[in-house]
Amino acid sequence: MILVELRKTFRRPRTWATIAVLNALPVLVAVLLVLTDLAPRPGEGPPFLSAVLSNGTLYPLAALAIVLPLFLPIAVAVVAGDAIAGEAQAGTLRYLLARPAGRTRLLVAKLVAVLAFVLVTVLVVAAVGYVIGTTLFEAQPVAGGTSVSGTSLTPEEVAWRTLLAIGYVAVSMLGVAAFALFFSTLTDSPLGATMGALAVLVASSLLFTLDAASPLAPYLPTRYWLSFVDLFREPILWRDVTRGLALQGVYVGALLSAAWASFTTKDITS
Amino acid sequence: MSAVIATRGLVKRYGRLRAVDGIDLDVRAGDVYGFLGANGSGKTTTVRMLLGLVLATSGDIELLGARTARARQRVLPRVGALIEGPASYGHLSGRENLALLDASGPGGSWRTRTRRIAAVLEQVGLGGVGRRPVKAYSLGMRQRLGLAGALLRRPDLLVLDEPTNGLDPQGISEIRALLIDLHRGGTTIFLSSHLLAEVEQLCSRVGVLDRGRLVLQDELATLTAPTGATVVVTPAPEQARALLDGRLTSVTGDRLVVRGSDPAEVNALLVRGGVPVTGLAIERPTLEEVVLARTAASPDRVEAHP
Repeated sequence: MILVELRKTFRRPRTWATIAVLNALPVLVAVLLVLTDLAPRPGEGPPFLSAVLSNGTLYPLAALAIVLPLFLPIAVAVVAGDAIAGEAQAGTLRYLLARPAGRTRLLVAKLVAVLAFVLVTVLVVAAVGYVIGTTLFEAQPVAGGTSVSGTSLTPEEVAWRTLLAIGYVAVSMLGVAAFALFFSTLTDSPLGATMGALAVLVASSLLFTLDAASPLAPYLPTRYWLSFVDLFREPILWRDVTRGLALQGVYVGALLSAAWASFTTKDITS
Repeated sequence: MSAVIATRGLVKRYGRLRAVDGIDLDVRAGDVYGFLGANGSGKTTTVRMLLGLVLATSGDIELLGARTARARQRVLPRVGALIEGPASYGHLSGRENLALLDASGPGGSWRTRTRRIAAVLEQVGLGGVGRRPVKAYSLGMRQRLGLAGALLRRPDLLVLDEPTNGLDPQGISEIRALLIDLHRGGTTIFLSSHLLAEVEQLCSRVGVLDRGRLVLQDELATLTAPTGATVVVTPAPEQARALLDGRLTSVTGDRLVVRGSDPAEVNALLVRGGVPVTGLAIERPTLEEVVLARTAASPDRVEAHP
């Protein structure tokens, strides 16, 4: 069943189109930077972008930081929102469940397929960023990269911290996927599920900027998204990273339970 | 004979509306059961409850001997279904759609999958369809593909909801022949339809649903059994009326209904009296008459309440 769902996801032209479009923006940014040589000053613009002109190996992180606030969540919300509601809209859900695929099994398989999509997407963005970064910018050979704190890191350190960062971004996106998957079990309209998840994210980002909402801030799903930057401080600032992981864990757990409860007791009338 | 589908007091309530209101279905092995009802009478909700898509508010369902919801999930691989029209992934070919559906649940071995898919496509008349995506199929082809999906595991029970929808007359008679063939091979068929003619041609037993209630469930042969009257068509109805006075139950134009179940006797009587007879038959109610007599106005008619 899991294999079936993976095949469905990755045999869809739409999946690859989404990933391709997602990579277009970081590529465009890289080309513009090379042509103009105008990097944002440190502390401005997306994280890491100021550093990439001197060290291209940091570009995977810059690429992730560019797509993280908007494009990556949209892509994840589209795929996860489509998971159940898309099958309902196409009418294939009733055939899957009468087959019988088993509701819990189907939900788990959908979750794994969405998870695989998140991982593949994040990895492709990072990989394309790496290729772009090392071909367009100088890769500092021996001295290694610089941490955000100003001290230098060896290439090995950059490499494993980059992997950690990729994992952290993937977990953050899993939170988005959980919202979209839950909404997907409530409606027969994939667009509605996707929009619902995005509305949550927009609301969360908006509340984050509002001082009056500061008591809520630690619980907002987008609060710790950019904390992967802390992995490149020297020493690593684990506080926000662990809080971010815990917060996403709670959201994912609660939303998936809710999705399971709603899907297994639902009348399929689509 | 054992029950293939048996429900007892099956109810589905949506808020205050009772979509299905206490029905006791009884479908036996070897039946071709015609489940009739107007649009909105609760047919589809009943079919969905049988297949575990809609959860019953109350009542029991027994499917192929399985009584609990969990047990019914275990027998569902032996049930082939076509529910409210076919559905498939438009960007994939028919073959790939069938393979995905078959791999989505238990009871369909992957070793035999390619062979089974080729066989059912041949059976429904899509053997030469090739690799073109389903979105390029016509409505009739999609219907055939849906039927192929239902037949993929040689099911013991076929639950078909409007299986000839979207097919042209040749297609309809082809599918009818296929169903008759399957039935001969031992498949029990539960055919839900609002097309009386289709049910009358195929089915051995009939259940009629009206506003969520099963108003009729019997053998088709019993329902359309002779009424004990003879229908006479004659160009001289007045003459015949004089001759048969007292035995006539109705006269409409040149068509007379005469009490007495022996047409030969009625014929002899008329001919002796010099009345020309152009038509003579045992009176049988049509399925349509039986159904209309038992059901109220169409449920999708919404009258204004002054």
